[in-house]
Amino acid sequence: MDLTESPAEQAFRGEARAWLEANVPRPALPSGDTREGFAAHLDWERALFGARWSVVSWPEKYGGRDASLWEWLIFEEEYYRAAAPQRVTQNGIFLLAPSLFEFGTQEQQDRILPRMAAGQELWAQGWSEPAAGSDLAGITSRAERDEAAGGWRLYGQKTWTTRGAFCTHLFGLFRTDPRAERHRGLTYFLVDLRSPGVEVRGFERLDGDEGFADVFLDGAFVPERDVLGEVGHGWPVAMATTGSERGLTLRSPSRFVTAANRLVDLARAGTLDGGLHDRVVQSWIEARAYHLFTLEQVTAIVDGANPGARSSLNKLFWSELDVRLHETAMELLGADAEADGPWSRGFEFSLAGPIYAGTNEIQRNIVAERLLGLPRA
Amino acid sequence: MRFAVAEDAAALRDAAEALLAARATPALIRSAWPGAARPEQGGPSGKGGLDEKGGLDGLGGLSAVRAVWRGLAGIGVTGALVADAAGGLGLDENALPPVLTRIGHSGLPVPAGETVAVAAPLLAAAGHPALPDVLSGAALVTAQLATPAAAGVLVPFGQTADYVLLRAGHGELRVYERGELEAAPVAAVDGSRWLARLAAKPSGGVLVAEPDGAAAPWERGVLAAAALLVGLADRMLSMTVDYVAGRRQFGVPVGSFQAVKHRLADAHVAVEFARPAVLAAGWAQASAAVDAAGQTSVAKVLASDAATTVARAAIQCHGAIGYTTEYDLHLFAKRAWALAPSWGSAGWHRRRLAASLGLTKLCLTKEWSEPDG
Repeated sequence: MDLTESPAEQAFRGEARAWLEANVPRPALPSGDTREGFAAHLDWERALFGARWSVVSWPEKYGGRDASLWEWLIFEEEYYRAAAPQRVTQNGIFLLAPSLFEFGTQEQQDRILPRMAAGQELWAQGWSEPAAGSDLAGITSRAERDEAAGGWRLYGQKTWTTRGAFCTHLFGLFRTDPRAERHRGLTYFLVDLRSPGVEVRGFERLDGDEGFADVFLDGAFVPERDVLGEVGHGWPVAMATTGSERGLTLRSPSRFVTAANRLVDLARAGTLDGGLHDRVVQSWIEARAYHLFTLEQVTAIVDGANPGARSSLNKLFWSELDVRLHETAMELLGADAEADGPWSRGFEFSLAGPIYAGTNEIQRNIVAERLLGLPRA
Repeated sequence: MRFAVAEDAAALRDAAEALLAARATPALIRSAWPGAARPEQGGPSGKGGLDEKGGLDGLGGLSAVRAVWRGLAGIGVTGALVADAAGGLGLDENALPPVLTRIGHSGLPVPAGETVAVAAPLLAAAGHPALPDVLSGAALVTAQLATPAAAGVLVPFGQTADYVLLRAGHGELRVYERGELEAAPVAAVDGSRWLARLAAKPSGGVLVAEPDGAAAPWERGVLAAAALLVGLADRMLSMTVDYVAGRRQFGVPVGSFQAVKHRLADAHVAVEFARPAVLAAGWAQASAAVDAAGQTSVAKVLASDAATTVARAAIQCHGAIGYTTEYDLHLFAKRAWALAPSWGSAGWHRRRLAASLGLTKLCLTKEWSEPDG
């Protein structure tokens, strides 16, 4: 056990803090889940890239700093501490990129990652369909071979696609073998949303932002080079991506530690209500617990372990913690909770956490069956 | 940065685990309950006065438990925090969570945290003559530091331990031979803890820590209780997983129902998030980190809540068999219910954190003052 930072890590922290303090936009940008806010966030992403802060853990040749996982965690801490903007590039840099590093060809990595890091190509996630949400293996969108053109043509509909209306690309699963069932016969495609045969329609989420989209595919062409992994073997690639979404890479502990500190500030500033203080402290404790769990997890990853199904533990813990934390904030605000503001928006968004990345009901099944070994139904 | 149990702490844990798996059976715990056994009448050495009615194999359950404790002492558990020169292993607080989690898992009914984490290093520092017996496992030491010693205070293992460590009038810590104290037996939820209630404020005893040296032993006791609770929670959860995988109703294992799966998944989350917090608290104490007390409170809150959550889920998911004494689950649940409020309940530690976060004007006059303070 050694939870102290090395001099190099301290220097890294200092550099990140100084840059963020000088560059984080004030006042805060409008929501990145609106058309106007998204554009403002892209400017920010390009500023991050220009100073090589957009993807610190990636190789230098792709715009990163070859930072260790520990340094990445430090950067995340400083990022949230500085109240820097949300990462509208997150589905690319935090979800697709780890799968590209694991399953992509050299050509794919060299071609896709630099543009992703620079905010030139923006990635949306194409899992859910109207009839396949939690049951991802039940998707019916399909890809048909087009030998003449040297690739595939996609048909079907993806939905609840976060920021789909503002993105240029989509990664997703499509059925390439119509005779195969469930997890078999699926292929992971990388789709240019600007291609003919693609139509994207944005729609409002619960919080009123146009953060969702339907993506209609009617013969959109995808060249052979944009298949990630092997044809017919997309499921394990998709599972690696969802592991990133449930676990460490999408939701680093700093997000919750920072929110818990803000909750404590809110409670301190308000009329003292001892009945709520227990809940405030409990949220602060849980954020701390998530941080410590993560430190152990990072050590295991550095030692070569794959978190696998344990990412479902992360997902259950951070999403439930986030809801409780925001519920407590809404109670502390009392009548003011009704007014639109960061806490009410945070509360509404927290309710998405137990749903996206696989509902928490699915996560509990995974924990019970794959970690505890309970029998499948 | 590295968050992993060090080799020396893991070696001690593994040695204890092997010994406990072979010898600390549920039958042994049962044999140490009142009715199955009688408290020993012997003196501080712990020799003599065997159980008259006979316990395990006719030897007396308490004696059998002590034999296992001597086994643990033989691999160095009792002296984990005592310097090499004084006969210990010379480890620091990082070593406490791994080994005490295993002892908690076993359910061995001994004041393990009190002896290993609290008393042994104090006796060593004070040059107390009981140290060799404590290190060899011949003598057991219990402790009650949450409340100043006075009439009415409950002392776990107060009927059976050879020595009792208490907080005296000015906040200093004193160690007493059990016979020096006026105390009466008290029936307890967990009978294997042989609870006693002080009948009078004690006098005499041997000073082992001045008031300003009393906080660190308290924090170590909290850490030890948290580690024991994580082990108990883990034990109850694995018992329940085994049971629901085998128990069939409606033609299928009850563990295949989502209602059962989800309850146990939540229980597993509680345990898996308490465990690293306890390791981190050990590190914070060993490194004298500025927020060591806060880290320790975080650990105790998570561990207490995990253990009570798992106990509840375990009993529920077992169904009626879980509500019997013929089945072993109650041995561990009752220990959890005893340890969760000890060394400061989850509520007490949340209040301590609230004070340190500036959330309350309620003044806890001493860092480790009365839970109700």
